[in-house]
Amino acid sequence: MKLDAKIPAGPIEKKWDSHKFDLKLVNPSNRRKFDVLIVGSGLAGASAAASLGELGYNVKVFTLHDSPRRAHSIAAQGGINAAKNYPNDGDSVWRLFHDTVKGGDYRAREANVYRLAQISNQIIDHCAAIGVPFGREYGGLLSNRSFGGAQVSRTFYSRGQTGQQLLLGAYSAMMRQVAAGTVTLLPRREMVDVVIKNGQARGITARNLLTGEIESYAGHAVLLCTGGYANAFYLSTNAASCNVSAAWAAFKRGAGFANPCFTQIHPTCIPRSGEHQSKLTLMSESLRNDGRVWVPKAKGDARQPNDIPEAERDYFLERRYPAFGNLVPRDIASRAAKTVVDAGFGAGATGQSVYLDFRDAITRKGADKIKDAYGNLFDMYYQITDENGYKTPMRIYPAPHYTMGGLWVDYNLMTTIPGLFAMGEANFSDHGANRLGASALMQGLADGFFIAPSTVSGYLASGKFETAAPGDKEFSESAAQIQERINRLLAVKGKKTPSELHRQLGNVMWHDAGMGRSETSLKKAMKKIPEIREEFWKNIAVSGSAGDFNQPLEKAMKVADFIEFSELFVRDALERKESCGGHFRDESCTAEGEARRDDENFSHASVWEYQGEGRAALLNKEPLTFEHIKMAERSYK
Amino acid sequence: MNEQGNFSVTVRVWRQAGPEEPGKMVSYPVRDVSPDMSFLEMLDILNDNLLKTGEQPITFESDCREGICGSCGLVVNGDVHGPDEHSTVCQLHMRRFKNGDVITVEPWRVKTFPVLKDLAVDRSALDRLIAAGGFISTDTGAAQDANSVAVEKDDAEEAMDAAACIGCGACVVACPNGAAMLFTGAKVSHLALLPQGGPQRTQRALGMVAAMDREGFGNCSNEYECEAVCPKDVKAANIARLNREFLLANLTAKR
Repeated sequence: MKLDAKIPAGPIEKKWDSHKFDLKLVNPSNRRKFDVLIVGSGLAGASAAASLGELGYNVKVFTLHDSPRRAHSIAAQGGINAAKNYPNDGDSVWRLFHDTVKGGDYRAREANVYRLAQISNQIIDHCAAIGVPFGREYGGLLSNRSFGGAQVSRTFYSRGQTGQQLLLGAYSAMMRQVAAGTVTLLPRREMVDVVIKNGQARGITARNLLTGEIESYAGHAVLLCTGGYANAFYLSTNAASCNVSAAWAAFKRGAGFANPCFTQIHPTCIPRSGEHQSKLTLMSESLRNDGRVWVPKAKGDARQPNDIPEAERDYFLERRYPAFGNLVPRDIASRAAKTVVDAGFGAGATGQSVYLDFRDAITRKGADKIKDAYGNLFDMYYQITDENGYKTPMRIYPAPHYTMGGLWVDYNLMTTIPGLFAMGEANFSDHGANRLGASALMQGLADGFFIAPSTVSGYLASGKFETAAPGDKEFSESAAQIQERINRLLAVKGKKTPSELHRQLGNVMWHDAGMGRSETSLKKAMKKIPEIREEFWKNIAVSGSAGDFNQPLEKAMKVADFIEFSELFVRDALERKESCGGHFRDESCTAEGEARRDDENFSHASVWEYQGEGRAALLNKEPLTFEHIKMAERSYK
Repeated sequence: MNEQGNFSVTVRVWRQAGPEEPGKMVSYPVRDVSPDMSFLEMLDILNDNLLKTGEQPITFESDCREGICGSCGLVVNGDVHGPDEHSTVCQLHMRRFKNGDVITVEPWRVKTFPVLKDLAVDRSALDRLIAAGGFISTDTGAAQDANSVAVEKDDAEEAMDAAACIGCGACVVACPNGAAMLFTGAKVSHLALLPQGGPQRTQRALGMVAAMDREGFGNCSNEYECEAVCPKDVKAANIARLNREFLLANLTAKR
C-alpha cells in the first residue's frame, strides 16, 4: 500500500492557500454532470452536501435514519472551538494548532491540524450567517467558554446543545439545496458496500431499510461521512445506530484503516445502573468548568457525599494537575478517575463512579447562573438517575465516546482508493491519539463546508472517468455478495440475539482493550473475539425476511462487522507498545503513572491493509514528523 | 435511588405488519423489570424475548436515547411521549410504573405520519416543510466576520428556545387538528428573531405555510396541546409569531 499524504510544499501557514490554487477546478456549467454520493448526513455529510450542492454538483445523500437531522452529531453538547481570540486572552491560529497537536499527544499530521485551526474561524462566521443561535453577551457579540486542554476561552456554544444547533444549521443549508434540486435525499438506506471500477470508487451498494431491496448507485466520487465506531464497546455514548460497517466495507475493498485502537473515553458520563443498560449518557465536559471532581479520602466511605467534610475529600484532578485542575484533557481525566476507582476510593453504592460537585460554584455564582449554563444537563441527570445535581454531587464515570482512528486519508481527505473520500469522525483525522473537547464539531464542519469543495472538485477535474452504471458487473457482483451474506445470516436461526452477542463483544473490549491495556489483556481479547465470531455465525437469532423492514437483521449485520473490526482494533493496540493519548498500555507509563510515549519507535500512523478473508491484515506506516511543534512529554501539571 | 425491587408489567402494544396491513393490539408480559431501566430498555428486553421464541420483535424507532435526536415517539397510556412532562419517551424510566401495571403503547397516529410497521411511522413531511423555506440562503464562504452582526442577547435566547425543536412530531400528534403549527412556528420564529433571517422572512412564512397545506397538516385552534407535550418546551407563542409573519408576508410580499 502506497501512503502518500500529499502534503503541499511551502511554509505551513501557506500550504492550504497554495494548495487550493494548485487544485484544478470544474467549470460551473460542467459541475452538474458529476454525481457525488455522500454517505451519512451528520455535520461532515450535511455540510459537504450543502457546499457541493451550492457549487452545482449533482449530489445524492444517503442516511440510515428516517431524516438526515437525526445523525448523531445532534447529540454533541458543549461547543465548537475557533481561534477568533474574541476574549482577548492570547488565542491565535497558531495556539489552536499547538494545543490540538499537543492534545493529540503528537500523533496527528501537522499540516492537517494547521489547516483545521485556520478554517475554524470561517466556520463560526458561516454558521452565524446561516442562523445558528450561538450564545451571546449583553453587547450582542458572541460568547466563549473554556474547555479541557486549553488555557484560553475559545469555545462557541448554543447552551448545552451546540451539536444540535450546528447540525440543524448544516441540515437547513442542505435542505435549501434539496429545494434547489442539486441534492437528492435517500433516507432509510444503509450503505453496505463500495463499488470499485477500474481502481476508482464509482458507487455504492445500499440496503433499503423499508423494503429490504439491495440498491446500486453510481457516481464519480463517494464521500464516507459515517462517523465513528465507539459502539464496538457496546456501551458507549454513541447512538444505537452508530456503526463501523461503511468504513469496514471500504477497508475490505482496499482502503487503509489507520490507528483503529485510538479511542476516546469521555470522563463525564452517567455511570451504568445495571445489565439492562443499552447506552451510556454523556454530560458535556463543559461541566468541569464549574464542577469539581472528587472522591472520599477514605476507602469505601459509605456516607452521603454532603456529609463528607472538606478535609476528607480528595479533589484528585486539582491535586495531581494544579495548572489545569478539573480542565485537564479527557484522556487524563478519565484515567485519573479509573485510578482512584480501581484503588477502592470510588463513590456511590457501586463504587464505580466519582463525584462532580457544583456546591462551590453555586455558592460563588448562584444557582441561577449554573442553571443558565447547564440546566438541560442537570435535567437530563435527574431524569436518568432520579437525583438532583444542584443538591447532591453528581456521580460520573468515563465511557467510550469518540474514535480518533478511522479510514486513512491524505491531505485531500481521500482514502487509499481513488475517488473514495472520508470526512468527519470516519477518517483518522486531525486529533492524533486524543481529541480535545469541542474539536469534533470543528473538524466535521471544516471537512464538509470548506475542504470538500476544493479537494473533491480537484479530484473530479483531474480524474478520467469511464462510464459506470448500476447495470455494470461490478455493481451486480457487489449486490450478489451482500445478498448472500444476508441469506447466510437468516439461515442460522440460532438462539442468541444480536444484542446479546454485541454485549458479549463489548465486555471483552471494555475489560481487555478499554482504558487500560496490557499485552496480557490484549492477547486475551485476541483469543476471545474469534470465539465470539464463531458463536455469532453458529447461533445468531434473526427472525423475519430479507425483503422487509427488519430491525434485528439490521442490528445483526452491524454486530457482524463490529466483531470482525474488533480483531483489527486489538491487534493495533497490541502492536503499539507505547502509551499515547487515549491509548494507555500499562507497560508504558512514567513513575507518576502518566502515559509514556515512545517517539523513536511509534511516531507514525499505523495503517492496516486488508489481505482477504481469514488472513491477517498488513501493517503499513505513515511516519509523522514535527517541524513546528516541539515534541515533549505532555504535561498539564 | 428507587427503593422498589424488580417487578412485572404487561405491555399492550400496536402490531401492524406493514403500511397496508390491518393492525391490532397485542399483550405481552414482561418480567424482572428494574425501576432504573428506561422504558425503551424494557421494550428491548421484550424484543429479545420475542426474538428468542422466533417471533417478530416490535418495530420501534429510537437512536440517541438521550432526548435530542427526535427518533423516538410513542403514545404511552394515551400520553404522547409518556407521562413525564417535557420529555421524550426515551427518557421515561420504569420507576414511573409499578408491579402489575398494564401499559398501552401505540404509534404516532395522524394521517400525515403514516404507520410503516408496528410503532414506526413516516415523518418525512417535516423535512419537506423545512425544504420549503426553513433556511437562510447564504452560500458557504460568503459570510463576513461573525461579530460584525450584533444580536440582542434576549433575541438570541428566544431564537434558541425556538430552535431547540427536535423534529419528533409530538406536537402534530397531540393536536386535535393534526397541525404542524408549532413545528413550523418554531423554525419561522428562530429565523425571524435573528437579523440574519430578516431578508427571507416573507418568502419563508409564505413557503412554509403553503407546504403545511400541501402536506395535509391542519390549522391551529388554540388548544395548546402541542406546547403541553413538546419535549423541549417550545412555546405556543411561536405560533402567534408565525401568524404575524404570515399576515405581514401577505401584506408586503413583492411577488
